[in-house]
Amino acid sequence: MSAADTGTDVAATSALDEERVVATAAGPTLPSRPGGAGRTAARLGTRIGLPVAVAGVIIGLWYLISEVVLNQYQRFMLPPPHRVLEVGFLTWSNFSPLMSALGTTAEVTFSGLAISIVLGVGTALLMSQAKWVENALYPWAVVLQTVPILALTPFLSFFFGFSLTSRIIVAVIIAFFPIVSNTLFGLQSADSGMHDLFTLHKVGRWTRLWKLQLPAALPAMFAGFRVSAGLAVIGAIVGEFFFKQGQPGLGTNMSVYTSLTEGEQLWASVLTASGLGIAVFVFFGWLSRRVVGRWYQPERR
Amino acid sequence: MTTATRAPALRFSGVTKKFSGGTTALADADLAVAPGEFVSVVGPSGCGKSTLLRIASGLDDITGGSVEVGTKRLGYVFQDATLLPWRSVQQNVGLFAELEKMGKAERNRRIAEAIELVGLAGFEQHLPHQLSGGMRMRASLARSLVLDPEVFLFDEPFGALDEITRERLNDELLRTHRLRSFAALFVTHSVAEAVFLSTRVVVMSARPGRVIADIPVPFEYPRAPQLRYTPEYAALCGEVSSHLRSV
Repeated sequence: MSAADTGTDVAATSALDEERVVATAAGPTLPSRPGGAGRTAARLGTRIGLPVAVAGVIIGLWYLISEVVLNQYQRFMLPPPHRVLEVGFLTWSNFSPLMSALGTTAEVTFSGLAISIVLGVGTALLMSQAKWVENALYPWAVVLQTVPILALTPFLSFFFGFSLTSRIIVAVIIAFFPIVSNTLFGLQSADSGMHDLFTLHKVGRWTRLWKLQLPAALPAMFAGFRVSAGLAVIGAIVGEFFFKQGQPGLGTNMSVYTSLTEGEQLWASVLTASGLGIAVFVFFGWLSRRVVGRWYQPERR
Repeated sequence: MTTATRAPALRFSGVTKKFSGGTTALADADLAVAPGEFVSVVGPSGCGKSTLLRIASGLDDITGGSVEVGTKRLGYVFQDATLLPWRSVQQNVGLFAELEKMGKAERNRRIAEAIELVGLAGFEQHLPHQLSGGMRMRASLARSLVLDPEVFLFDEPFGALDEITRERLNDELLRTHRLRSFAALFVTHSVAEAVFLSTRVVVMSARPGRVIADIPVPFEYPRAPQLRYTPEYAALCGEVSSHLRSV
């Protein structure tokens, strides 16, 4: 490079350094701005403070309904929070079966989710390769999502029994669709300019899939996994409602506690189930940031 | 630079392009680019300038006439940088060579060379979103340079950039052209850019596109940035513009 170009390069470097600072700064806030620490604190306040405040409102309402609206004969429907904590979580003879039920439900959830991911991504890959496959299968993926599980119980129990297998199938049926639709959307999301790069060099469909469509699909796929993670928990619990043989899960227990009017343990199970849902949701959020967060930052667009 | 005796690097003969919707983008377009020549194409929006490039590269078919491309080593820079957002500058620059299954050692050597040539040395590991618009275009340019193209197609590559960056990249492109001596077909909206870069400026008519003027640019290479402020340059820009107004 000649000496005349050096000025150009220096200018380019400084322009890039500026952008690099913005890129590495946390979120969209500008770096080294006066009162930056105060702003960070304020941001943390809204990220954590607001959900905590909402939790306070919910607990307040809970007490209001439990203590004021319901009389002592109706209170089993919604016992006050401290009773749920005491009876459901702090009494060992109740807590121990709660945890083993959680283990069973988690097993059904994870199995169902794993199968959904494999089947869902596989189906979407097939659909992305040929329009006729998409046309043939997509409506049935929608139908599968709308079939009431209740209607399938006799059929499922006939082939797969009343135990774990049937529960997992229910979880799969419920968690399957968002994975298919998001993965397919993602595979079709690479813009035509990027496809031209590959067409220009006459690559085969596998190269195009592996080097363009799959990486481009990852953000949408992870969004689908997150939605399906929550749905898989619901699917596991619905499955346990209908298929009660074998190890009891949270859903099995909820149905038992409902008939025994054991409100404290019922609500302890509900809270545990939502805890499981939150955990898998957070896990996939973390995984998504690990895998695609480096280049995919929707909040900066 | 034009060497009439040698076969053209790129030749369109009576090329017609009708889209399935019924629009005729090109009607009987004739154009030849000699090896090492730099030809710019200007014309009103939608006159089929970009279609010309898509046809030359094989991205689009023709419905009449014929196209000859004298090489398989073809560079192509699009209006957008079209960098893959998950790949670093280095990986993006290497994409075409990778798709052409170039050996790894050879590829890495050429990537380093191309990155150096476009002034991106030191930014190999950056991701596209960390670069400015001008730097993205440099990376896009480098991606084709890795193939050492004999024919280089440019589709308004600097149209989205500010004037200062555009002029700087024009200067650099001319330097690269002198180093690598490819035949260039450069589509642009800017008459000033076309005159500054080219050995010939071709003016196309409104749709359906035909070549209506072919204006040689007499200025010697290397061209200094100061050329832009000479009366001869202004006069030639005026001439090209008058052809554009007549279409």
